[in-house]
Amino acid sequence: MSAQTTILLALCVPLIGAALIGLAGRVSPNLREAATLSTSLLLIAVVWSLLPDIFAGLRPAVTLSEVLPGISIAFQVEPLGMMFAALASGLWLVNSIYSIGYMRGNREQHQTRFYVMFAVSLAATMGIALAGNLFTLFLFYEMLTLSTYPLVAHKGDPATVRSARVYLGVLIFASIALLLPAIVWTYLVAGTGDFTPGGILAGHIDGPLIGLLLALFVFGAAKAAVMPMHRWLPSAMVAPTPVSALLHAVAVVKAGVFVIMKVIVYIFGVDFLFAAPSSGWLTFAAAFTIIAASLVALRQQNLKRLLAYSTIGQLSYIVLATATLKPLAEVGAAIHMVAHAFGKITLFFAAGAIYTASKKTELGQLHGIGRRMPVTMTAFTIGALSMIGVPPTGGFVSKWFILAGAFQADNYVVLATIILSTALNAAYFLPIIYLAWFGRDRTPPGKEHGEAPFAAVLALAVTAFLTLAFFFFNQPLIELESQLVRGAVAGPEAL
Amino acid sequence: MTILDAHLPVLPVVVPMLIAPLVIMLRPRGLAWAAATATSSMAFLIAMALAAGALDGEAQRYALGAWAAPYGIELSVDSFGALLLLILTGASTLALLAGKASLDQQLEADRQPLFLSAWLLVLAGLSGILISADAFNIFVFMEISSLASYILVAGGPDRRAMPAVFKYLIMGTIGATFYLIGIGLVYMMTGTLNLTDIQVRIQDVSDLRPILVAAGFITVGLGLKAAVFPLHVWLPNAYNFAPHAATVFLAACATKVSLYILLSFDFVVFQQNLIGHEMQFAAFLMPLAVLGILAASAVALFEPNIKRMLAFSSVAQIGYILLGASMVSLLGMTASLMHMFNHALAKGALFMAVMCLAMRFPSLELDALAGAAKRMPWTMGAFVVGGLSLIGIPGTAGFTSKWYLITASMEFGGAGWLLVAVIVLGSLMAVAYIWRVVEVTCFRQPETGPVEVSEAPRLMLTVTWLVALANVYFGLSPWLQTRLAEGGARMLLGEMP
Repeated sequence: MSAQTTILLALCVPLIGAALIGLAGRVSPNLREAATLSTSLLLIAVVWSLLPDIFAGLRPAVTLSEVLPGISIAFQVEPLGMMFAALASGLWLVNSIYSIGYMRGNREQHQTRFYVMFAVSLAATMGIALAGNLFTLFLFYEMLTLSTYPLVAHKGDPATVRSARVYLGVLIFASIALLLPAIVWTYLVAGTGDFTPGGILAGHIDGPLIGLLLALFVFGAAKAAVMPMHRWLPSAMVAPTPVSALLHAVAVVKAGVFVIMKVIVYIFGVDFLFAAPSSGWLTFAAAFTIIAASLVALRQQNLKRLLAYSTIGQLSYIVLATATLKPLAEVGAAIHMVAHAFGKITLFFAAGAIYTASKKTELGQLHGIGRRMPVTMTAFTIGALSMIGVPPTGGFVSKWFILAGAFQADNYVVLATIILSTALNAAYFLPIIYLAWFGRDRTPPGKEHGEAPFAAVLALAVTAFLTLAFFFFNQPLIELESQLVRGAVAGPEAL
Repeated sequence: MTILDAHLPVLPVVVPMLIAPLVIMLRPRGLAWAAATATSSMAFLIAMALAAGALDGEAQRYALGAWAAPYGIELSVDSFGALLLLILTGASTLALLAGKASLDQQLEADRQPLFLSAWLLVLAGLSGILISADAFNIFVFMEISSLASYILVAGGPDRRAMPAVFKYLIMGTIGATFYLIGIGLVYMMTGTLNLTDIQVRIQDVSDLRPILVAAGFITVGLGLKAAVFPLHVWLPNAYNFAPHAATVFLAACATKVSLYILLSFDFVVFQQNLIGHEMQFAAFLMPLAVLGILAASAVALFEPNIKRMLAFSSVAQIGYILLGASMVSLLGMTASLMHMFNHALAKGALFMAVMCLAMRFPSLELDALAGAAKRMPWTMGAFVVGGLSLIGIPGTAGFTSKWYLITASMEFGGAGWLLVAVIVLGSLMAVAYIWRVVEVTCFRQPETGPVEVSEAPRLMLTVTWLVALANVYFGLSPWLQTRLAEGGARMLLGEMP
């Protein structure tokens, strides 16, 4: 099977899967779940089969059709997109196992719609990851927004619908008002929007306009939640937890930072942007978002909202690292996408497991819960340590690279931000961990509970293990992402 | 077949015009509808053949009675005309196909033949405008189509249609009169009515002031007929109270045909001969386009009746079409013509979905439609697809013209960014008014009434989805409208860069 067919399969498998899940849902829930699991397994097989080619330095590409003159629906696999696709497809399997436990444990309504839209969202994510030009990227970016809306509005009560409106409003507003003009502008000045190593904009745009175009891209990709475009993320927490876990910790939010990284590496070009003084604001915007989000997280009482604000901060780590514009920092940004995904999905899984087992959602209710749910809270602890960046967790690896990149660029704003935010992360996560393990259990009598359903516990154990394993076993990924900067940055001097 | 080929340009008028009186006599139930639909389908096929010819890049000319122009009556179909013929005949055919059940619901059986006969006259009249190369014939066909369309609007059971149609009639007549005054002035100065001939002879006219006045009369008169903001006041009620099937038909094409005359006149006849005309044209129409987009979208945001909301949205969409044209650039004009096609697809799907809703819901007030998506999931699905196209989400037809429009605006540099802002703002308002409907129909619980699924009739739903899917198809592969629109734009702009 040629790589081109594989790319198209990666898009079709979840879509066909969605149709089958919908049909199976009419027969029996068990068949439907089987359809979900087998679709995700198949998707993994398809996506991961592309890995050897990419490691070998190949960049398989396929063009579907030319929509407008010079603007086509095209796909190309490169290290960053490969990593994103592999990550999203891999975690979809784990998340599907978790969803089964969660959705059944909570007796949620409209489960078929839930699984169908989930598969469609994954198709959109694959499209984003493998897109070969800005136009295709935008197409699937909007598809992801729209296909996740029913998932966010899942409960359907007035409060949920209001929050879902904020979700859709912010994302659509940003993409139509900022991202679309930025893309059209790029096509107009550069004559193309293909992702090209080294960028396409050099020589076509100069002065303060560079900063302006960058701003349109960064804020237009509101899924990256750089302040003030972050409002949708806490609103999206009304969704069932599996949605928060896979989409609002991995697929959707990473799609946002993925757009920013792609644009900086393949559209602007790292060197071109580094030489442009008007792009310097991005570092400060990201730094501000990190600190502000951490401060807001400190004051949260609801566990999922706290995790949402933590996500906002962590996403801006990736933006900050990308904006450092040095090879090691770009690698750091790429692997932080993975490290954060493992850690944050574990945390959300844990939050959902706690809710399923005990209906507890507030921090004040978590005293001593570690003794009732030891597996869940162990996983939670590992995830939290990864957020702070303590070895031996995945978060440490990426932070190491980002710091190294900051030294490479002599960028002390980045250094100071990371140090300060690490302290803040510790300040809001460690008290939870302490109370959970050493607090006095205040669960009222009659409300005793143990662990969540087995499927949920299994899933969070797996992701917690991945968080730990990533600390020891990360060399292939670093090699893969080094290709990214070797292609984009002149000379591999730093690596 | 070769004989047919030679006469192809005249057939879109002749066929419906001849069948129209016969339809009145078809009393047995359903027969009139079948005859009208068959006629309309035939016109659609003819339009396709003409479009195929236009895609090959030749303007198809036809001398009526073999009298050569400029003495005889000349017909001609170029890319622009072919594009609109496709929209027109397609809208008529699909509206008839989808609308059978709705017509049966809204019209008594014995009035249907009359109504459908008027429908065919509208079709013939509007087709006639599109194939005429002669200013006076355009006027004649305009009157035919207008008079017949008053019958279409007033034909429904809703008595509120009467004042609406009266307003439509008065304003339509004023518009037509202005146009007549305009061509009278042109005839006075040039002595000819053939458009190509006017263009040649106008160059010898020494005193251009009457021509300038004529341009003013023609632009305003046609602006009225095309419902250009602020001359749109007849449109919302006329669309709202017309029978649903007629709304689908008229909303997709009626105003666009008026815009066709406006653009043909302004660009083919006046543009190259009046000094500074493009500035006058742009300076006059661009502000109206911008105001139309913003004001009409804002009204749509607060309109409680969804059919009327979509009518206001149509006024805003005319603004986009005009905005592209008033840029007087190849990209802008292409965007404008493409948007005619794309908007017809999007609005067609939306009004068809509304027609489906009207089969099951007595009122089209938004509040009365709570929970409609549970009763009619397929209908609301089509509504969402049409809505996405109207907003201009990538992957739908509406996106392609928005892309052209934004690119064309950016070509202007600094001031163009203001236009980009207007387009973006208009699209965002479209998101808001479409999503308002989606939220109420999907998530709000109905206060009373049945909640079990009861979809619209099979045929109506199928055609609605056909149009909805056409939005996606022409969004992913917009070869047809792009090529015809670009050909039309090149023709309109002539020698101009």
